[in-house]
Amino acid sequence: MTTTHEQTQLDLLDTLESESIHIIREVVAEFERPVLLFSGGKDSVVVLHLATKAFWPGKVPFPVLHVDTGHNFPEVIEFRDRTVERLGLRLEVASVQDYIDRGVLQERPDGTRNPLQTLPLLDAITEGKFDAVFGGARRDEDKARAKERIISLRDEFGQWDPRNQRPELWNLYNGRHLPGQHVRAFPISNWTELDIWRYIEREGIELPPLYYAHEREVYERDGMLRAVGPVSPPRENETVTIREVRYRTVGDMSCTGAVASDARTISDVVLEVAASTLTERGATRADDRISEAAMEDRKKEGYF
Amino acid sequence: MSTLTPETLVQSRSLLRFATAGSVDDGKSTLVGRLLHDSKNVLVDQLEAVTRASADRGFGGLNGGLDLALLTDGLRAEREQGITIDVAYRYFTTGERSFILADCPGHVQYTRNMVTGSATADAVVVLIDARKGILEQTSRHLSVVALLRVPNVIVAINKIDLVDYSEEVYRAIEADLAQLVTDLGLEHAHAIPVSALEGDNVVDPSEKTPWYDGPTLLHLLETIPSIDEIENDFEPFRLPVQLVIRPQGAIDPRIENPASFVDYRAYAGEVGSGVVRVGDEVEVFPGNYRTRVAGIDIAGRSVESAFAPQSINLRLEDEFDIARGSVIGHAGTLPEARNQIEGELFWLDRRSASAGMRVLVKWGTATVQAIVQQVVGRRNLDTLEIDEAQTLQVNDIGHAIIKFAQPLPVESYRINRRGGAFLIIDPHDGATLAAGISTN
Repeated sequence: MTTTHEQTQLDLLDTLESESIHIIREVVAEFERPVLLFSGGKDSVVVLHLATKAFWPGKVPFPVLHVDTGHNFPEVIEFRDRTVERLGLRLEVASVQDYIDRGVLQERPDGTRNPLQTLPLLDAITEGKFDAVFGGARRDEDKARAKERIISLRDEFGQWDPRNQRPELWNLYNGRHLPGQHVRAFPISNWTELDIWRYIEREGIELPPLYYAHEREVYERDGMLRAVGPVSPPRENETVTIREVRYRTVGDMSCTGAVASDARTISDVVLEVAASTLTERGATRADDRISEAAMEDRKKEGYF
Repeated sequence: MSTLTPETLVQSRSLLRFATAGSVDDGKSTLVGRLLHDSKNVLVDQLEAVTRASADRGFGGLNGGLDLALLTDGLRAEREQGITIDVAYRYFTTGERSFILADCPGHVQYTRNMVTGSATADAVVVLIDARKGILEQTSRHLSVVALLRVPNVIVAINKIDLVDYSEEVYRAIEADLAQLVTDLGLEHAHAIPVSALEGDNVVDPSEKTPWYDGPTLLHLLETIPSIDEIENDFEPFRLPVQLVIRPQGAIDPRIENPASFVDYRAYAGEVGSGVVRVGDEVEVFPGNYRTRVAGIDIAGRSVESAFAPQSINLRLEDEFDIARGSVIGHAGTLPEARNQIEGELFWLDRRSASAGMRVLVKWGTATVQAIVQQVVGRRNLDTLEIDEAQTLQVNDIGHAIIKFAQPLPVESYRINRRGGAFLIIDPHDGATLAAGISTN
């Protein structure tokens, strides 16, 4: 190379950021009514942050949708509302509790509500006439997700057909669909958990406080630490202790476990994730442990 | 490979995208599993799941009873049938680089999977069974790699343990390979003797191949250049416009001085090739407008220059009628817009292609109506010649003439990959019928 050579190679985080911004812009340019699934969890927070960058200095040009199981951590709901307010966005909430109260959905014997999210989600997509739904799923989370496209077609029933997916080539995304169909768009498909945390650190992105070590009343079940709460009471033989814990994912209180951790700052968390010997799902999500194919089954039914 | 520690993992590093391809029973899933396992990218619970599943299906003896292929087969049908159906993406990292691996099945719909995996790959790893040497399938895989101009090709000559680590066997395959690589015009091809099952030369150098003094597979992956490293300095600047950013009243409420952005107007897109600087003279298609770059913003930050594949906001000194589908390039470098191109098509759909077929072409950010004017022929991947043909069937690669409803400045893929690549889409159900690259 000559002396005029300048750096024309992006580092990992810049490459991923750039790709995600491109995907978000493609969806907004090609679809009539996009919406972002926003739970207040770190992945959806990162997608929203990327969207603010994609349209800077404009506002994010789509609303956000939260499927509220009714079992969410109050700190996360508070964070969700504050974030939406700060960015001037419209929030739509699809409430699992409403469906249970109306008798449309029944509480499961195991008390988890994650599998109950599918129907309220699909109804909200139909009612909102949303044709593209952004999600924060990553391919490194699960073996079924490893086969997911970035722009993924869903039929009228919201179903994913893993054996009949459109090939995805270059940076050309084909989002054409028939009336009644919609697409799920996954701008951070290619990010790993560690990339997400390093990016959160680099960008100074605010997260719900649960992600950092704090003291909490917990008990052990199935090798996981569960928070004591109204929807997650300990059983008689389970001992409650106060431990320093943090959450690696923030889902439904009834099935999300904490990990023992003293990582109180973002740089502590980044180092902890780098050193971790357990994948986040294996460590903290009871619903994915049911069977090796648990995620594939739920995705086919229209779950994320 | 440098030692992996939490500290090295949080350092800045580059990204390499690569694809793996092999024929049936080449041991590709095992190689991928070995790469992940030996580079310490398999986590405890994944390993436990694989150990459990390996025992369930009576896998034992060899390699501590671990079927490393189970690390990568994702769908239930794949695990049950012991085959890989669809391209799967894997992520792993070393102290030097992070990797996105597109794991392409070799047998079912190999063209579709190879094209998908190779289209954005900086490198492709093709597997050969040392006992079988170069098969029809190998030359087919390498032809796709050559057509798509993947800059780095690594041929892993696997199961070298099953030929007693014989140098003779390896050298014979290497010689055949050299001939094939020359015929295909592949520039950077590396051969490595490996055993995915035993781990030889995958991550750690093998003591059983003293006659091989080249790098291990992982070492090569850590050091070969990416596409953008190779090409950015030589290609002219291109920006396919995705959308116009013109917030007017709808300004991000966190911005402190919203009044100064009321007249903001920028063209948003991912730089397709080359480098652009503030002050550069540019031209715009369509319209052939000429102006200069007034500013470049990347995710809210003003910069002096930008390069592929950055997503940018490009501000121009003059206002023109520029919209999605427009292309901005360095003045005097955009090719003439054409109504008709000749292209190599990778046909991916069960419906066959023939003259007169009405389709949509998606090129960059433009989508236009088009007609397959003529199917010129089908590429015979054994002779590499184009045989005469009137139709293209699923998994065929062939030559066709495509006519557009509006002219587009499509480039030759050989000169500019993002400027020469396109999709052919069914106008009714939206299916992706083919991937295409312009050959003229």
